[in-house]
This record gives sequence, structure tokens and C-alpha cells, in this order.
Amino acid sequence: MKLMLTCKQASKIISQSLDMPLSWSDRMKLRFHLFICNACSRFNRQLHLLRLAVNRVTQLTENDSAIKLPVDAKIRISATIETKMHELK
Amino acid sequence: MTKNVNDWLNQHGDYLYRFALARLRNPHQAEDAVQETMLAAIKSTNFEGESSARTWLTGILKHKIIDLQRKLIREQPISDLVDLDATETSMDDFFDATGHWLEKPQALEMPENTLQQKQFLTVLNNCIDKLPSKLAAIFMMRDVNETDNENICKELDITATNAWVMLYRARMGLRKCLEINWVVGTVS
Repeated sequence: MKLMLTCKQASKIISQSLDMPLSWSDRMKLRFHLFICNACSRFNRQLHLLRLAVNRVTQLTENDSAIKLPVDAKIRISATIETKMHELK
Repeated sequence: MTKNVNDWLNQHGDYLYRFALARLRNPHQAEDAVQETMLAAIKSTNFEGESSARTWLTGILKHKIIDLQRKLIREQPISDLVDLDATETSMDDFFDATGHWLEKPQALEMPENTLQQKQFLTVLNNCIDKLPSKLAAIFMMRDVNETDNENICKELDITATNAWVMLYRARMGLRKCLEINWVVGTVS
């Protein structure tokens, strides 16, 4: 087993670790790499921050009561609903 | 059971729109998602009035959002897909030939201060807007909806490798954009 990862390889595995369980071998290699590499440790923290932050951004929009369904959009949707109701009758 | 869909639209339309807009990041698509949700609500017989209408409608909306994200990610030129396979070259902006960082990642932290945090999130928002739309969509699909990766691949009909590569590129671009546009250690 080749133990040493390059930063390029490590960064890819770090991103994958957010999406799936890593293989035992990748986990060991990554753990060793992060132990000796400050830059990739920072990258790892950046990706976790990114996930946390994008969820906050989403919540901000979701809770922003100033954002409303535009009136013209509402009229369009209402009209579509009416048409559909007639079709169903 | 009487269903007044127009009442639902009046009571929950704004919320559903915000929920969709937050994820799809496009007003027209958000409107489409709300409309599709309402149409599905008319046809559905599942709602018995036990759960709140808003919760029920939001559940429908989530599926509609995923449909739209999938469409967005799939509607891409074939050349882009081919390009995605060439990951090795696409990361040349970040690494040298031996796989070392060209510029080492900087320390980034979420500001504690409410105002600064809001500014930070605005910077991130702008960074997401700058991503190619399909990368933004897959990033939002995965990191916000928390769709598991297997599902993403199934939804998109792409190989797992392609999904990881797209997510890797999206995240790599976003963290770089944050580094450039967010001044680290700014004193308020």
C-alpha cells in the first residue's frame, strides 16, 4: 500500500469523505496525510465550513419574510389551478 | 374532504416560494416549483388534515425541487461531460505537477458577530452565483438537501465518479472564491 498521498489526491478524498464512507485504506492514508499537512487540514475545515455556511444561507432566504411570491406569479399559478380544477371536474 | 387549493396558495405560497428560491436560486424555477406543488396537491388524496398543510405541501415541494435540479444538471452539453472526466487537468489551477498546492488554503472561519456573519454569507451567496449553473445545482442538491450520493447518481443517471468530480470542483471553486472575497481576520 502506497502510504503517502499528494495534496491533490488528499483534497479529492477529503471532498469524497463528505459524500460517502471512505475505504479503510483511504481513511488511514488521509489520517496520516492530515497529521503532517497543515494546508490539507485547512482545506478539510474549509469544506466543513462551506457545508455549514450554505445551509445558513438557505435558512436566511427561507426565513426572510420580505421575500414573497411575486403577485404576477401568484396570478399565473391561480389561473393554472383553475384550469386544472375544470379539467378534473 | 374539501380542498381549497387557492387558500393554500394564499396562506403558504410565500413560504413555499422562499423555500424553493433558497434551493433553486432562480425566481422562475422557484415559481415553477410552487405551481407544480399546487397541481400535485389538487390530484393527491394523501392529505387528511392531520399533519399541517404547510408540512405536507413542503414535502411535495422538496420532490419538485429535486426534479428541477436534476433537469438543470442533466441539460448540459455532451462536451461538458467529457470534460468532467478529465479531472486531472481541470485541477491544474490549484496544484503543481507534483500534486502540491500552488496556493495553500487559508484559515476560514464563520464570523461570530451577527453582522459579519451576514456579510460572510452574502459573499458565499455571490460565489455560488458565479459557479457554472450545473455545478451550483449539484452542490445545492448535495450539501443542502443532504441527498445521499447514491441517490444523486440515480436521480441524475450519472456515474458515481462524475458526481464526486462535480462536487469536488464545485467545492474547490467555492472555497477559493471565499478566500479571495472574504478578508480573513477583518477587525470590525
